[in-house]
Amino acid sequence: MPGKDRTTSTDERGAINMSKLQRETGGSGAGVEHIEEMARRLRYHIIRMVGKAGSGHPGGSLSSSDIVAALYFGGVLRVDPRNPLWSERDRFVLSKGHAAPVLYAALAEMGFFPVDVLLTLRKMGSPLQGHPDCRKVAGVEVSTGSLGQGLSIAVGMALAGKLDKKDYKVWALLGDGECQEGQVWEAAMAAAHYKLDNLRIIIDHNHLQIDGPVDRVMSVGSLGDKFRAFGWEVLSVDGHDIRELLEAYRRSSEGKPLAIVAETVKGKGVKFMEGVAAWHGKVPQGEELDRALAEVTIRETEERGQ
Amino acid sequence: MKAARDAYGEVLVELGKENVRIVVLDADLSSSTKTAVFGKAFPDRFFNMGIAEANMMGVAAGMARAGKIPFVSTFAVFATGRTYDQIRQSIAYTGFNVKIVATHGGLTVGADGASHQALEDIALMRVLPGMTVIVPSDAEETKLAVRAAAAHTGPVYIRLGREAVPQVFPAGSSFEIGKGNVLLPDVSREDVIAADPSSRRFDVSFIACGVMVKECLDAASLLEAQGLRCAVAGFASVKPFDADLCMALAKGSRLVVAAEEHSVIGGLGGAVCECLSGSHPSRVLRIGVEDRFGESGPARELLEAYGLTADSVARRVRAVLDTNQTTV
Repeated sequence: MPGKDRTTSTDERGAINMSKLQRETGGSGAGVEHIEEMARRLRYHIIRMVGKAGSGHPGGSLSSSDIVAALYFGGVLRVDPRNPLWSERDRFVLSKGHAAPVLYAALAEMGFFPVDVLLTLRKMGSPLQGHPDCRKVAGVEVSTGSLGQGLSIAVGMALAGKLDKKDYKVWALLGDGECQEGQVWEAAMAAAHYKLDNLRIIIDHNHLQIDGPVDRVMSVGSLGDKFRAFGWEVLSVDGHDIRELLEAYRRSSEGKPLAIVAETVKGKGVKFMEGVAAWHGKVPQGEELDRALAEVTIRETEERGQ
Repeated sequence: MKAARDAYGEVLVELGKENVRIVVLDADLSSSTKTAVFGKAFPDRFFNMGIAEANMMGVAAGMARAGKIPFVSTFAVFATGRTYDQIRQSIAYTGFNVKIVATHGGLTVGADGASHQALEDIALMRVLPGMTVIVPSDAEETKLAVRAAAAHTGPVYIRLGREAVPQVFPAGSSFEIGKGNVLLPDVSREDVIAADPSSRRFDVSFIACGVMVKECLDAASLLEAQGLRCAVAGFASVKPFDADLCMALAKGSRLVVAAEEHSVIGGLGGAVCECLSGSHPSRVLRIGVEDRFGESGPARELLEAYGLTADSVARRVRAVLDTNQTTV
């Protein structure tokens, strides 16, 4: 395990390198291996953050780490850490706001704020609230946490983009359990009605929610069929396969909003947390934290730090 | 006589011409809320979101984040109660620049009955941090309030009624968020605030919003005919609340009356009591709907049945002043 100070400084250097790389590649993004490495870093941050905080939602943050890494580090999302409110930016709405740790980790690695801020998660005075607060953190597009609302906000941004004839895209990440909220379907209807092909969502389909398997708590059936029936273009991908994710992200959907149903494993990356609903809102502590950290430790961090 | 909602439709069109950032959203009630007038003038900037109010609030939030100034309209019951969490999370907590203009507030919705008569909306919106709450008294004040809302950065809730109402807001007066207007006697707000605090100039001071401003002016006439000295102030800006004017009126009066077409819990009456209890404990008579739902009936008859007409207000004031009770 790298020491705290060393990790912090290398991470900061890593973040700078990353944005430099993005500039150099003209936004076309890095290779798959690099994105996989970034996903590992996100997982490492997630476990350290929630471990330090003593609370949080690791399960759904880990399941969406590859999704978020491909989006931010694959040259897909057009954002500028030096100008967070750039009017031409792509918008990313974390509708499943409890996965805040994965968003914070990605923003820090992108250079929106220093990586060492991550360890203040959920502490008094920290900008990193338990659920994202757009008034406190640069790069957080909207405050979320009450499920089911993010897609509506994304629809509003996409409508505004159309109205202004801007070419930015609006992305939203939803949970599968979240799709039990009726507002999601109100928004889905509106997105298709207004032909928002500048809107694309990813559903982190990890099949688990707090009380157990989604299909046992309240079956959402086939999410792909449902969105298709609402007039959306739908793609299904392995949510842990960077290549598949990147390919889906680059697809266009003329005249229709696009839903990418990403099959994932809750707790992905930490063996004992994988597929276990209990890790939705519980954090590993003590010996379990050490075991979790050992699994997500980033060798490259140490190497780069030398 | 003119309905506030008609004035709303007109001023929206004026604002639409002045500012391209203004967009309007409605939930299938645009002919009633009068946003259809804007929709006809600016079809590209009008969005009918169907009967899906929760989504409409979120869409407005997203548009505001993208630089638009969205005006969102539907009936007050749906605009606040049905969408409370959406307003709380996506608009108030984010501080996004969304203007919620609800029509059909209060009992005077009439025959549609309790399901459509919002009597809790002012309380619901008032409790949200950062939310501005305005309840204009007539068409003239509505126009000024809507303009002030457009110029203000941050979320605003404006509550309008369904019925045509007489003009009570003095022509040529200014409207400012956070400030009340003294309508009776013919002195300025500043004069009332600057008056010698030890002089009891009024027997009763009315602090009112919405249709109750007119009823209080009429009640004051009845009471003045009986020799009582009255002040009436329009407090359309329920939040921010004009504590300076409220305090000055309370210090200069034997009795403060807070009147609104809303539950007596949590609305303007609540704001008046919250203001005075901390700094100048006073006798406050709260006129409103007593912790109950409304019912179907003609608007005027409903106001009478629920004790919100001038006659009833004057009688209650008289009864309080004629007794030596210290509590109301």
